[in-house]
Amino acid sequence: MTREAVAPTMRSALAARLGAGGWSALPPLGLLAVVWIVFQIANPSFLSSANLVNLAMQSAATGLIALGVVFVLIVGQIDLSVGAVASLAGAIVGILFVGSGWPALAAVVVALVVAAGIGALYGLVVIRFRAPGFVVTLAGLLAVLGAQSWVLRGSGSIGLPVDSWLVTFAQQGYLPDAVAFALAGGGGLAWIAARIVTRARRRNAGLPHGRLWTILLGGGMLLAALLGAVWYLGLGRGVGAVFVVLLGAVILADIVLRRTRWGRSLHAVGGGEEAARRVGIRTGGVMISAFIVCSVLAAVGGILGTARLAAAVQGGATDDVYLTAIAAAVIGGTSLFGGRGSAWSALLGIVIITSLGSGFTLLALDSSTRLLITGAVLLAAVIVDSLARTRARRR
Amino acid sequence: MTAAEERTPRAPVLELRGITRNFGAVRALIDVDLTVHAGEIVALVGDNGAGKSTLVGVLSGLLPADGGEIRMDGAPVSVASPRRARTLGIAAVYQELALCDTMDLVDNLWLGQEPTRGGVIDEIEMERRTAELLRGLGVRIPPTRTTVAELSGGQRQIVAIARSLVADPRVLVLDEPTAALSATQSVEVLNLVERVRERGVAVVLVSHHIGDVLSIADRVAVLRLGRNAGEFRAAETTSEAIIAAIMGGGPSAAEPPQRAPTPLRRVEGSR
Repeated sequence: MTREAVAPTMRSALAARLGAGGWSALPPLGLLAVVWIVFQIANPSFLSSANLVNLAMQSAATGLIALGVVFVLIVGQIDLSVGAVASLAGAIVGILFVGSGWPALAAVVVALVVAAGIGALYGLVVIRFRAPGFVVTLAGLLAVLGAQSWVLRGSGSIGLPVDSWLVTFAQQGYLPDAVAFALAGGGGLAWIAARIVTRARRRNAGLPHGRLWTILLGGGMLLAALLGAVWYLGLGRGVGAVFVVLLGAVILADIVLRRTRWGRSLHAVGGGEEAARRVGIRTGGVMISAFIVCSVLAAVGGILGTARLAAAVQGGATDDVYLTAIAAAVIGGTSLFGGRGSAWSALLGIVIITSLGSGFTLLALDSSTRLLITGAVLLAAVIVDSLARTRARRR
Repeated sequence: MTAAEERTPRAPVLELRGITRNFGAVRALIDVDLTVHAGEIVALVGDNGAGKSTLVGVLSGLLPADGGEIRMDGAPVSVASPRRARTLGIAAVYQELALCDTMDLVDNLWLGQEPTRGGVIDEIEMERRTAELLRGLGVRIPPTRTTVAELSGGQRQIVAIARSLVADPRVLVLDEPTAALSATQSVEVLNLVERVRERGVAVVLVSHHIGDVLSIADRVAVLRLGRNAGEFRAAETTSEAIIAAIMGGGPSAAEPPQRAPTPLRRVEGSR
């Protein structure tokens, strides 16, 4: 037995996050910093507010897909078909909204329901036949691509009316300055308030608690960063509405994953399925729910992407932007081995990948360079993830 | 404990009568009886394939019995799932795969039964009660936010046992808690099991370490080829007698199971 620490003590949240080791939050943040600095040196317009506004807008659709991928990765599965599901959702919205003249909202709901059904089917097959999700969703990828082509049969592509609210929202939706500042300021202050309340409760419970000034310092920096970002983006066109959707989804998913029983059960199923089963967690249901969330978020991302393009195109899923969703989740720090991952990794990963794309475009390099570099970064992330897992298992 | 208390026959917390469990054509448990009282450690011993693990499965709800009756406090109950077992107050700790490696100690302790506050998990309450529980058990363990993958085998076993106590169970089933441990680690774990008994929990201890069994158990029940094969009061028996019952044959195997009231005496060091 260890001789250290008789009474259980608590490490700070940051230390715990660092202690988790491997490709967690810090390496991706460092990578992002390096990417930004290098591109800024190569081309001074990289960090211009105009380019950052674009970057945020470009990140949203694929970021939402990557967020869904985080859920399946946490339960130790993978969904290769997210790109196909995203395209199918876009095609369904196109055909119902434009082809059949449905209200946009109804078309969106149908697309989401279809996606949920696809996710449920994956989950059922995986748990019923103990089939590897990797192959089940590969089969799904092919079938869903087929379905998407069938939906768009004849036309090949469907243009969405550029004056519809869906397209306007996705292409030109920016938060008014006042709203953006209010959200950033309110968000920062809410974070500080929550930390102060938590600290007081910890102190009353006799638990180790941080110092007030570190909360105020950290919170002040967060607040300044948020307000500064809003101000800087405001020099361009402002904060894109679709990016706010992504940010909101990430924050919500983070709370759900960390602070709800369902979120914990996702981690438990991925980190020790047998352990989870034995404490009474319905592991099959948890697995199915992860696939459903993934497919639905893929559909949301696909619909936003389609709206931004103002067109649903046949075979849209072969677009590498969609395929990078899985890479984004891993580069952002979610483990491929299950049990370890965070909603923020989707945001971080997609911003890194989108930055690479944007940077190489500014440098007038073609997509081959971008794909090569993205591939190398993904490979590095996977190697670090694998090493971290080996280290964690040795005891 | 007064002598009168010791002699008063109390209703056992847990009573198994004629438990049967088959796996296809294989009869893993045949007509097995087992009785456990509060504040008592009953050891369950037997050779490989004697049905010990199956019986643990029956108790924990993982492998519901095909036949027979389970009573708690004299009332028949159905232990159809792990969830049901937990509701009834039966906790089980397994030899392997008991913990989620990617989670920290506190999260593992509360997995599946996290306290919530306004819909979200109350981590502060979790940590407070963890500290309280570990202090109460005299457990020395590294910081509570350590990932369990970083713990030693003995520490993992202690965490697993502590976890089972979170829900204040009436019955604790331990499946080979010391099988993979060094001598020092085994002592730590066995000490913990004794402290659990002191809390009034009825403990079923599955083990093939006869030495461990005799040092902490009050009674020893032997299984052989899926059937009861004798029951001994730990204070009044020898490892030879138990081994004979495990191997089959010998006079002790024919002994009818005792229905003695709980011996509340400590039987430390009697081997």
